[in-house]
Amino acid sequence: MEKQSDLLLDIQHLHTGYRLQGKFYDAADDVNLTLKRDEILAIVGESGCGKSTIAASIIGLYDHKNTKVTGDILYNELNLVGLNESLFNKIRGDKIGMIFQDPLASLNPLMRVGDQVAETLYYHTDMDEKQRHERVIELFNQVGMPRPEEMYRMYPHELSGGLRQRVVIAMAIACKPEIIIADEPTTALDVTIQAQILDLLEDIQRESHSGIILITHDLGVVAETADEVAVMYAGQIVEKADVKTVFSHPLHPYTRSLLNSMPQSDDEEQDLHVIQGTVPSLKNMPREGDRFAARIPWIPESEHEADPKVHEVEPGHWVRCTCWKNFHFQEEASGE
Amino acid sequence: MWKTILRRLLIMIPQLLILSLLVFVLAKMMPGDPFTGQINPNMDAKTIAHLKQELGLNDPVWVQYTRWVGDLFHGNLGQSYTQHVSVLSLISDRAVNTFWLSLLTTILTYALAIPMGISAGRHQDEWQDQTIQIFNYFTFAIPGFVFYILGLWLFGFTLGWFPISGSVSASAHGFWGVVGSRLYHMILPAILYALITTTSIVQYLRTGIVDNKVEDYVRTARSKGVPENVVFNKHILRNSMLPIAAFMGTTITGLLGGSMIIETVFSYPGMGKLFLDSISQRDYSTLTALILLFGILTLIGNLLSDIIMSLIDPRIRVK
Amino acid sequence: MSEEIIQIKDLKVHYPIRSGFWNRITDYVRAVDGVSFSINEGETYGLIGESGSGKSTTGKAIVGVEKATGGEILYKGVDITKASNRRKLNYNKDVQMIFQDSMSSLNPRKRIEDIIAEPIRNFENLTTDQERDRVQELLDIVGMPSDAIYKYPHEFSGGQRQRIGVARAVATNPKLIVADEPTSALDLSVQAQVLNFMKHIQQQYGIGYLFISHDLGVVKHMSENLAIMHRGRLVEIGSRDEIYKHPVHIYTKRLLSAIPQVDVDQREAHKKHREAVEKEFQENQSKWYDKDGRVYPLQKIAPNHFVALPADEAEAAKVREAKEKERS
Repeated sequence: MEKQSDLLLDIQHLHTGYRLQGKFYDAADDVNLTLKRDEILAIVGESGCGKSTIAASIIGLYDHKNTKVTGDILYNELNLVGLNESLFNKIRGDKIGMIFQDPLASLNPLMRVGDQVAETLYYHTDMDEKQRHERVIELFNQVGMPRPEEMYRMYPHELSGGLRQRVVIAMAIACKPEIIIADEPTTALDVTIQAQILDLLEDIQRESHSGIILITHDLGVVAETADEVAVMYAGQIVEKADVKTVFSHPLHPYTRSLLNSMPQSDDEEQDLHVIQGTVPSLKNMPREGDRFAARIPWIPESEHEADPKVHEVEPGHWVRCTCWKNFHFQEEASGE
Repeated sequence: MWKTILRRLLIMIPQLLILSLLVFVLAKMMPGDPFTGQINPNMDAKTIAHLKQELGLNDPVWVQYTRWVGDLFHGNLGQSYTQHVSVLSLISDRAVNTFWLSLLTTILTYALAIPMGISAGRHQDEWQDQTIQIFNYFTFAIPGFVFYILGLWLFGFTLGWFPISGSVSASAHGFWGVVGSRLYHMILPAILYALITTTSIVQYLRTGIVDNKVEDYVRTARSKGVPENVVFNKHILRNSMLPIAAFMGTTITGLLGGSMIIETVFSYPGMGKLFLDSISQRDYSTLTALILLFGILTLIGNLLSDIIMSLIDPRIRVK
Repeated sequence: MSEEIIQIKDLKVHYPIRSGFWNRITDYVRAVDGVSFSINEGETYGLIGESGSGKSTTGKAIVGVEKATGGEILYKGVDITKASNRRKLNYNKDVQMIFQDSMSSLNPRKRIEDIIAEPIRNFENLTTDQERDRVQELLDIVGMPSDAIYKYPHEFSGGQRQRIGVARAVATNPKLIVADEPTSALDLSVQAQVLNFMKHIQQQYGIGYLFISHDLGVVKHMSENLAIMHRGRLVEIGSRDEIYKHPVHIYTKRLLSAIPQVDVDQREAHKKHREAVEKEFQENQSKWYDKDGRVYPLQKIAPNHFVALPADEAEAAKVREAKEKERS
C-alpha cells in the first residue's frame, strides 16, 4: 500500500505578477500556504487583495504572456510553477477540481450540462461513452440533483442558480480530485441556496478526504465552513490561524477592522466601523513597509516593522508586522 | 418548432399585404402610364383614352389594387413597358443568372471570411490580426463600385484574364462548355463581390472569438484539463459562429438583392442590372415587380435567419 | 408616531405569459401579487427576499418605473400608479431611487456634475452658480472631494460611485428613496461607509428609505420595520425585533437560519437548527402555503407583527407568540 502524505499542497514564496504597461506588478506577493488532506483552507479578503490570483496560479490558468509566476507550488514533489501545458492538463480536472463564482457564466450555454460534466471524464479516464453517462448520473445524484437523467439533457439556462452550481461542482469532483479550489462558490447565490451548497461541499469532503481551498470575501461563510483561515490584504497574507482563533482572538489590525465593519452587532444605532481610505490598486500598492499602515494613520510609524515579516505569535497563529501589539481603534483612543 | 415556423409564415401574410400596398402606391405615384412615349400618329388621344378605359385605369384605386393583387396570384406581373415581353419571363430569365452569381459569391464569402475571422480572432493584436484588420478597413471604406471597376479594369481590361461582360459566351456549346463559360464569366465579379461582403462576417467572427475567449465557461473548460486546441474549436469557435449563422439567411437574400452594382459594372444580365435598367428606362411595371420580389426575399431571409438561430441556440429554441 | 408617507395597497404586477399557436395570453407571471405595507416619514423600511421574490419589482413599481397592474400606491392620498397623478404631484422629485450597479446606472459619458445636477435641472430652476453650489454641497454630504465634479464615473471606485448615486438621489430633497440592493456589489468595509452615509443623510434630512436587500444582516442594521417577501407576496411583516427575535412563518425562519453566523463555537448547533428548519419547510408546505403554493393573506398576531397564515392558524399563533414573549 502506498502511504498517502497528509500534505497536499505546499506553496512557498509565490509571487504572481501581472504586466501593466510593460512592468510586472505582484498581485500575490510572497505567499506561503499549505493545504492538508481533509482541510478547508479559507483565503479571505476584499476584492483586489490577490486571493483569486493564488487560485489561478495553483491551477495554472492565467495569461502566460502577461503574467509572471515565481516561487514553488508543490503538489506531491511536483512543482506546478512552470509546469508544461500538456502535463498540467493531466492534473487539471483530474487531481485539482475548480469551482467558480458565477455558475451561469461558467457553463457553456450551447452544451447540455451532462455533456459538460462528461467532458472532464473523457480527458481523464478510460471510460467509454456509456460509462461516462452513468458516471455523470451518479455524480448528479451525489450533488443532489433531482431527476438526473432529465437534467443530463438540460441546457444551463434551463436550470436554477443552485442547480447550475451543483453541475459545476459535479464537474469539479468528477475525477475525485485531491484538491478542490472553490473561488467564491456561493457569492452569486441566495442565502438559502448558499447554505445548501456549503453543506454539499462539506459532505463531498467528508467522503473524498480531499483538501478544499475556499476563496471568499464573506466572513460568515468562513466562520461556518473553514478549518484554517488566511486573511489577505494588498497581495500579502496578513494573518493565518485556525478558524476559532481568527474569529475569537484576531490580532492583525486589518482582520480586526474587517470583523468590526460587519453589520452584525445588536446595537443598530451605532455606526458601522469604516476603514479609512481605499484598497490600493495593483499599480499603486505600497511595496515597502506595512501595506496597511496608510489605512490606520493614527498608529505611529514606529509601531510598524520596516520590512514586515510574518511572525508565529502562538503555535499555528501567524501575524504580519508587529503593529498589532499596540493597535487600538481610533474611536477607542479619542474616546468618541 | 413547426408551429413557430407556421406562425411566422402566417405573420408574413399581413407583412406581404403592407408591402404590396406600399409597392402599389409607389407605382401609382410614379409619373407616366403604359402609354407614355407611345403617342404617335397611329395613337391619338381618343384611342388612348379608350385603351385606358379598357385596361381599367380609370377605375377607383382600390379596384385597381385588388385586380393587381389578383393578377399577382395568377403569376401575372404585367407587361414590361419597354421590352414588350411579360415581366415574369423577363425576371425569370435574369433570376437564374443572379442565383448562380449569388451562390458562388456566398460560397466564396464564407470560404474567405471564416478562416480570416478565425485567424484574426485567435491571434488578436498580432500581425495576422493586424493584416486582416487593414484589409477590412480597406474593403469597408472603399465604395463597392470603385472596387469593382478597379478589379474589372485590372483583371479584365489590362491583364485580360477574365471576360468583362455577359453571363455566358455565345460560342459555348455542350453542357460542360456552357457550365465552364458561365463559371468563367462569374468568377471575377463573384470574387470581388465576396471580398466586399466578407468584411462584416470577418468582424463578427473576430469579435465573437475575442469576446468568447475570455468568457468564464472557457476558463471552466481549461480547468477541466481540456487541451487548448479543443478548447478553441469546441468551445470558443462554436459559440462565436452563432451570430454568423444567424445572419446567414439575411446575408444570402441580401446578396440576391444587393447585386445590382456588381451586375451593372460587369454588364451581367441579372436581376440587379434589370432593376437599374428599368429605373433608367422608366419601365415601371418591371420595377414594381422587382421591388415586390426583393421585399419578399427580405422577409424570407429574416424567416430563414430566425429558423437557423432557433435550431442552433438552445437559449432561444422554442419548445 | 410619525406620519405615513406612502401606502402600498394590494399592489400587483403581473406579466402575461403567451403560448399556444395564436400566442394568446394563457397565464400570468405574478411577480408581485397583492402586496400591502406602508412606510413612515423618515424611517427605513426593509424589504427582504431572495432572487425572483418580486422585491425589486415592488420597488420599481413604487418609483413608477414598472407599471402596476393592480392595487394602489397612495402618496399624499393620491394613487400614483397613474402617470398623470405622478406628474401632477411632482412625485418623481419626492421619490428617488438608488440602484445596485452603480457602473451601469451612471451615464459613463457624463461628468459627475451633470449626473448629480440632472434631477435638479428637471425640477428646479437654478442659475449655473446656484446649481454648482448645490452639487458641491451634495458631494460634501456624501464625503466626496470637491474636484469630483469634473470627473467621470469610471474614475471612481465602486463605493465612491455608489455614494455619487446617493448624492444624485438626495439632490431633489426627496421624501423617500427606494434603495435596491445599494451595497450588494461592494466590499465589506466600503459597504459600511455607504450605509453610514445613508443613515447620516436620513437623520439630517428626514428621508424615508425603502431598503430592498437579500442580506438580512444589512437590513437588520438599517431598518426599524421590515417585510419578508416570497413568491410575489409578503409572508411576514413587523418591527425588527418581532421579525428577528420571534419569527413565525417558516420561510422567515428558513431565511434567518441560512445566514452564516460568525460564532464559530456554535457552528454545529447552528447547522442542526438550519437542517431542522429546512426539513420543516420541505415537509410542511401545505401548512404554510395554500394548495396552489400561494402565500396566505397576512393575519395580525401582535401589535406590530403580521404573518401569512390560514385564518384558523392565526389565533393559535397569537397565543404561542404571547407565551414565547413571556418566557423571554
